[in-house]
Amino acid sequence: MAEVRLEADAKAVGAGGMPLVGKHESLWQDGFRRLLRNRAAVMGGTIIILLILAAVFAPLIAIKPFALQVLTDQNKMPEWLLSVFPDAKPYTKVSNDYPLGADNLGRDLFSRIIYGSRVSLTVAFIGPLISLIIGVIYGSISGYFGGRVDNIMMRIVDILYAFPSLLFIILMMAFFRSTISDVQPGTLAYTFGKMDESMGGMLFIFIGIGLTAWETMARLTRGQVLAVREKEFVEAAHTIGATNWRIMFKHILPNIVGPLIVAETLAIPGYISTEAFLSFIGLGVTPPTPSWGSMISDGARTIRTYPNQTLFPALALAITMFSFNFLGDGLRDALDPRLRGTQ
Amino acid sequence: MGRYIIRRLLYMVVVVLVVSMITFGLMHSIPGGPFTREKALPAETIKVLNERYHLDDPLWKQYVDYVYAVMVPHFTTTPPSTSLQDDFLLNAKIGSLWIRWMNFGPSYKSRSRTVNDIFRDNLPISGQLGTMALTIGLLIGMPLGILAALKQNTIFDYLGMGVAIFGVSVPVIVLGPVLVWVFGVALKWLPPTGWGARPPYFLGFLPSNLLNGEFFKYAIMPSFALGIGSSAIIARLTRASLLQTIREDYIRTARSKGLQERLIITRHALKNSLIPVVTILGPLFAALVTGTFVTELIFGIPGMGKYFVTSITNRDYPVIMGTILLYAVFLVFANLLVDIMYAYLDPRIRYD
Repeated sequence: MAEVRLEADAKAVGAGGMPLVGKHESLWQDGFRRLLRNRAAVMGGTIIILLILAAVFAPLIAIKPFALQVLTDQNKMPEWLLSVFPDAKPYTKVSNDYPLGADNLGRDLFSRIIYGSRVSLTVAFIGPLISLIIGVIYGSISGYFGGRVDNIMMRIVDILYAFPSLLFIILMMAFFRSTISDVQPGTLAYTFGKMDESMGGMLFIFIGIGLTAWETMARLTRGQVLAVREKEFVEAAHTIGATNWRIMFKHILPNIVGPLIVAETLAIPGYISTEAFLSFIGLGVTPPTPSWGSMISDGARTIRTYPNQTLFPALALAITMFSFNFLGDGLRDALDPRLRGTQ
Repeated sequence: MGRYIIRRLLYMVVVVLVVSMITFGLMHSIPGGPFTREKALPAETIKVLNERYHLDDPLWKQYVDYVYAVMVPHFTTTPPSTSLQDDFLLNAKIGSLWIRWMNFGPSYKSRSRTVNDIFRDNLPISGQLGTMALTIGLLIGMPLGILAALKQNTIFDYLGMGVAIFGVSVPVIVLGPVLVWVFGVALKWLPPTGWGARPPYFLGFLPSNLLNGEFFKYAIMPSFALGIGSSAIIARLTRASLLQTIREDYIRTARSKGLQERLIITRHALKNSLIPVVTILGPLFAALVTGTFVTELIFGIPGMGKYFVTSITNRDYPVIMGTILLYAVFLVFANLLVDIMYAYLDPRIRYD
């Protein structure tokens, strides 16, 4: 169908004999071109692609399985690291088998950092997905129908906003984690628990983050819908008898999707750091699944003696956050030049 | 305006009630109770404990009792006692009548303390940390943003925005351990963990050693780790908003009547460009308030953070409820304050 339409469009000819759809550039193509001109954004994007590759091909890149413990190799460091941290020399055994050293259980830090990218990146993509789906539907309904519906729906969001979100997530995570341990097989909760277990604890992280993340998105969507709702093309759609559902998602949504995507990209570092924090306090991934947050927390106990166990996962986390921020900034500048330099 | 504030305050009561209901329901649906142990306590002991803390009452009664103790002011003629069940946060005496408000109940875990004791001893520390972080955020963020806007597209601009990107990209859990290692372990300039202030606090909040430097030695690193993120947001917003303002007509008018550039910026441009900055102080404050939890865990600061996390694992119901309610009230108050300041800074805004 689409191809037929394209052909028909190409044949359409304007008054001056010029093709109407000549070098037409959609908003997205135009935005993408501008994005490519932004060096910081390209760098961020490249690093993210490399990280995705590392996460996907982790078993090939990592030199050891992430859970493999060699208790005789506890806290070993390679030679080059000892020249960086000379204080550790007197009490550290040298082993060049571990490019970044081994942790306190004799697991390879490098391999665990590579595997750790899986958790952070999954959160970086699932977080926005959940908050977009819930937030956009909620905000669209609220903004589109307006009046009492809007009032009630927004008051609910207001109340949820009053929750200190991080504390709420902590409470929810505690609830999930301990409920699961004593439910009967065959129930929904049990199935969720099993799924979570097989995902190394990530499922509940998604739910925990998704529970609070959609609120901002719902408010933003509502505001955008309110701005577009009274435009002529929406009225036109009404007159030809389009259903509410169709108007909301076929007519209004495509017109507001730019700012939503920009906002969501800029929110990604927040999701990544929330996951890292949850894993840091032990409510995130379940051991032995590595997450940069849990690695930082494990390493922090011995930061005086083996700083490499904290500093490398911290570096990985920082690089990832930088990349997403650069990409998000670039995307905002490219899709909405008026917003340049603002939040 | 007065009417608006009263309406908002009433609305706040509703919000806090709903928050308390959700928290109460959620917390009681977590399996296990405060007295569940790896090695089970004798049934009689649990029974006595449950009776003592009224945990054997039906849930709705527990909730109503809790809300009554916390939210409804009590008028009595008996002076405050040292009983753990009778510890109110606010006590005022008018004539022979005592007005007493907010009894958050005893802590199940630390048997000799009440939730109010925890608030009195540990909340000020979180407050000090949050205030220091916000101060650092403003002190770094505002000048950076102003400088970046006034010298747009110069080295100052790029430097400022570089700091801003750094601030949003390096979360406390990264910056914290790195700072601890660099300044606490490698250079040994600052104590790596701990907090310099001890109770009693001046006005219930200010550390007594604020002026002799001991306090700052401990506070500077965690406050910086927490505040740099806010400074980034403030810098970006200040820059964007000031850039917009200095292109307005009235600034040109001020220039054409020959005002000094310094006066134009400080008197005319800055005041108006601050409006958007003030509006994000609410959400920013919210982020800082929960951010103190993270920071406290990393730097080993005895604030509310540790209590909250352990209270959940211990099912210490009054501590969970108290903390979440208190922070919810903070957030709602911060937003109300922002709205009022908004109307003050921009006279075009009217609340009716």
